[in-house]
Amino acid sequence: MTKLALSDSILMKVEKPARYIGNELNSVKKDKNQVDVRFAMAFPDVYEIGMSHLGIQILYDMFNKREDTWCERVYSPWPDLHKIMKEKNIPLFALESQEPVKNFDFLGITLQYEMCYTNILQLLDLSQIPLLAAERTNEDPIVIGGGPCTYNPEPIADFFDMFYIGEGEIMYDDLIELYKSMKKANKSREEFLHEVSKIEGIYVPSLYDVTYKENGTIDEMIPKFEDVPKKVKKQIVMDMTESVYPEKPIVPFIKVTQDRVVLEIQRGCIRGCRFCQAGMIYRPNREKNVERLKDLAVKMLKATGHEEISLSSLSSSDYSQLDELITFLIDNCNGNGVNISLPSLRIDAFSLDIMSKVQDIKKSSLTFAPEAGSQRLRDVINKGLTKEVILDGAHQAFLGGWNKVKLYFMLGLPTETEEDMKAIPELANEIAALYYDTVPKQERNGKCQITISTSFFVPKPFTPFQWAGMFEPEEYLRRAKIVNDTVKAQLNHKSIRYNWHQADVTLLEGVLARGDRKLSQAILYVYEHGGFFDAWSEFFNYDLWLEAFEKCGISIDFYAIRQRDEDEVFPWDFIDCGVTKEFMLREWHTALSETVTPNCRMRCSGCGARKYLGGVCYENKN
Amino acid sequence: MRIRIKFKKYGAMKFIGHLDMMRYFQKAMRRAEIDICYSEGFSPHQIMSFAAPLGVGITSDGEYLDIEVNSTYSTKEAIERLNATMVEGVEVLDYVELYENAKKAMSVVASASYTLSYKEGYNSPYTANEWKEIIKEKFIDRSSFIIIKKTKKSEKEMDLKPLVEQFDVSDNAGTIEFSIKVTTGSTNNVKPELVLQSIYKELNLEYDTDAIQIHRKDVFAFNDKEELVPLIAFGREIL
Repeated sequence: MTKLALSDSILMKVEKPARYIGNELNSVKKDKNQVDVRFAMAFPDVYEIGMSHLGIQILYDMFNKREDTWCERVYSPWPDLHKIMKEKNIPLFALESQEPVKNFDFLGITLQYEMCYTNILQLLDLSQIPLLAAERTNEDPIVIGGGPCTYNPEPIADFFDMFYIGEGEIMYDDLIELYKSMKKANKSREEFLHEVSKIEGIYVPSLYDVTYKENGTIDEMIPKFEDVPKKVKKQIVMDMTESVYPEKPIVPFIKVTQDRVVLEIQRGCIRGCRFCQAGMIYRPNREKNVERLKDLAVKMLKATGHEEISLSSLSSSDYSQLDELITFLIDNCNGNGVNISLPSLRIDAFSLDIMSKVQDIKKSSLTFAPEAGSQRLRDVINKGLTKEVILDGAHQAFLGGWNKVKLYFMLGLPTETEEDMKAIPELANEIAALYYDTVPKQERNGKCQITISTSFFVPKPFTPFQWAGMFEPEEYLRRAKIVNDTVKAQLNHKSIRYNWHQADVTLLEGVLARGDRKLSQAILYVYEHGGFFDAWSEFFNYDLWLEAFEKCGISIDFYAIRQRDEDEVFPWDFIDCGVTKEFMLREWHTALSETVTPNCRMRCSGCGARKYLGGVCYENKN
Repeated sequence: MRIRIKFKKYGAMKFIGHLDMMRYFQKAMRRAEIDICYSEGFSPHQIMSFAAPLGVGITSDGEYLDIEVNSTYSTKEAIERLNATMVEGVEVLDYVELYENAKKAMSVVASASYTLSYKEGYNSPYTANEWKEIIKEKFIDRSSFIIIKKTKKSEKEMDLKPLVEQFDVSDNAGTIEFSIKVTTGSTNNVKPELVLQSIYKELNLEYDTDAIQIHRKDVFAFNDKEELVPLIAFGREIL
């Protein structure tokens, strides 16, 4: 049995020791002397969050299929253990071998949300790896970042040796082969980084110089060497069906956020909502073959013993074989106490019929994400959901026996007026009224319960709203108050509940999302002054961030609040994600004229992603 | 048909708590394709119950759970199927059909046997022979052993003597090992470390919980003849 990195007395002291012992079913153990490359794959948040991430499970499976590579997992130690590890100088270890990460060849860190940036530094610090890439030597692991936040890696560029832009399934084999040959030839870290920058999708930040204009925006970003590419091209899987997928996912001992089999049915989205980064960076839309999905579902349930299977995609209703897939799951996987969960479905007769088969209607709720309260603003954000569709879906659901509805909206969207804000509770009120008007008293299962949740909109890189401005926290809270006051004034206010998100964390997310290299210093300042786990409200310290910005000369107005000029050079412009800046600018103008752009299945709008030779637009024409 | 399963838990698995072990076995039943019964309703759960929860940090050679099945493999095949899908640190030792009159494990548990030994890097203050004398004089030969049991609300006196069925010590290849058998169950329940702690207190010694590894050997209940027998004795092998 593997000797644990932490002593019994430490493990008995910390909360949930199962986070740190590894040994889960389907985790992979290899003989370290029989492999050439050791890869530590880290998620910069606590185990329960990180273990729920599909991307790591896919890459873990892919790396470990290689005989010469052993990929292990690393998660952020919770603050209780963090303190002990710092005091006792215990190096951060990978779960499978329980050996220090600092002895590995690679430390890969997946970047799923901006608020985990300080936790990157925690991982490096506890691993006893220099926080700044420039200070690392040949003895340190190569630190590589991946995931959606790498579509603007600049705020964290100083901490990484390289980033992988795009989907990991494609270029890692080339990268590992190059590493092996250069390691064998005793090449230095610098030589490897220079060479690896020529692999498509790899971005080595230290090989680029950035110059700025007087107004603080970027003038130019140029490679230091001629053979280093000016543009880094996003890598994506074009054959989703044949692509690697874990048939035996790891089964955690403790309950994690995603405690179920996750079946990814497609990548990309045809909808083109203008606020949505995922909808742009994962273009073009690519489906997995339904026969492969059926096979995977059976195998994964058998290999894990999970009691639930869930479909994963940005918009499951748009999957062309959904009917066939769900019928199969109900017929073949619904026995033995296995539940089927169906997130992100459009509410219509078909989905209600399925849901009534697989869910307890009395307990479950229906979710709509209109994102904006008024039709005008929904047209601005290109959310093709109309009030009629929502009311019709809710009506059918009420007749089918449901009485709980969840509604998701954003506040602070571009062009938002007070009328748009008030339209949110008005819509909720109309839905409630529909319940009381159409469901006879004797058939009602109590009151209807409508929950409104609003988050505050954060403009993200590679979206048509990347030019948009944000607001001060007070302004966000004023808008939430307008919604709240309107809720209270509604006739059906007793059936409506309203939750809103934190405003200061939103603004910070906005700074980090569209920041440049100058932000690294501020992130470093926050970590060195005790800030981390910013994604957890109990640890988030806004004042510390304000202090860091002040010390480092970072202006929140510059990075988040001002509206950007149309000809501005963005820190992320060096990335080619298929979707062109021209398309996004066109969409930005169309948004401001309150006009909807049809989805990819209806008409190709020439976003640029077609050059990957895939997507519904490409398939239709070929 | 009711089944009793015996398993051992060791190594890193001692850090997995009781509720997580239940979840672990629920998933293992599906992986091994045991034809377990489910409750009715929209969120059916497996008919499964554990004998006596084991604390975090304790290893065991005698853990029990009862399940209900519609049909079953033989004892041998069921053990093989389950062990093919176990992680390192959990091993199924037995799988028997309960006799018709057998009660649920959790309701009949009467006692449990343990060994307590010093972990690597920690030393015993006495040799095995010295301990033997101490235990005889301070515990075995006394008619009662009163301790103060503190709860959140009150303090009350408790006599440990009738609740400790065995208290012995041996030298196992240089490691001092205490064998303690205590009354266990819903009415009277004594933790084995309380026995050792009380002796330490009697000797004015500081008891360090980090120093002692607790290991459960088996769990017992009374049979028809009022004899204490291991829980596995309440079922028969399935051929």
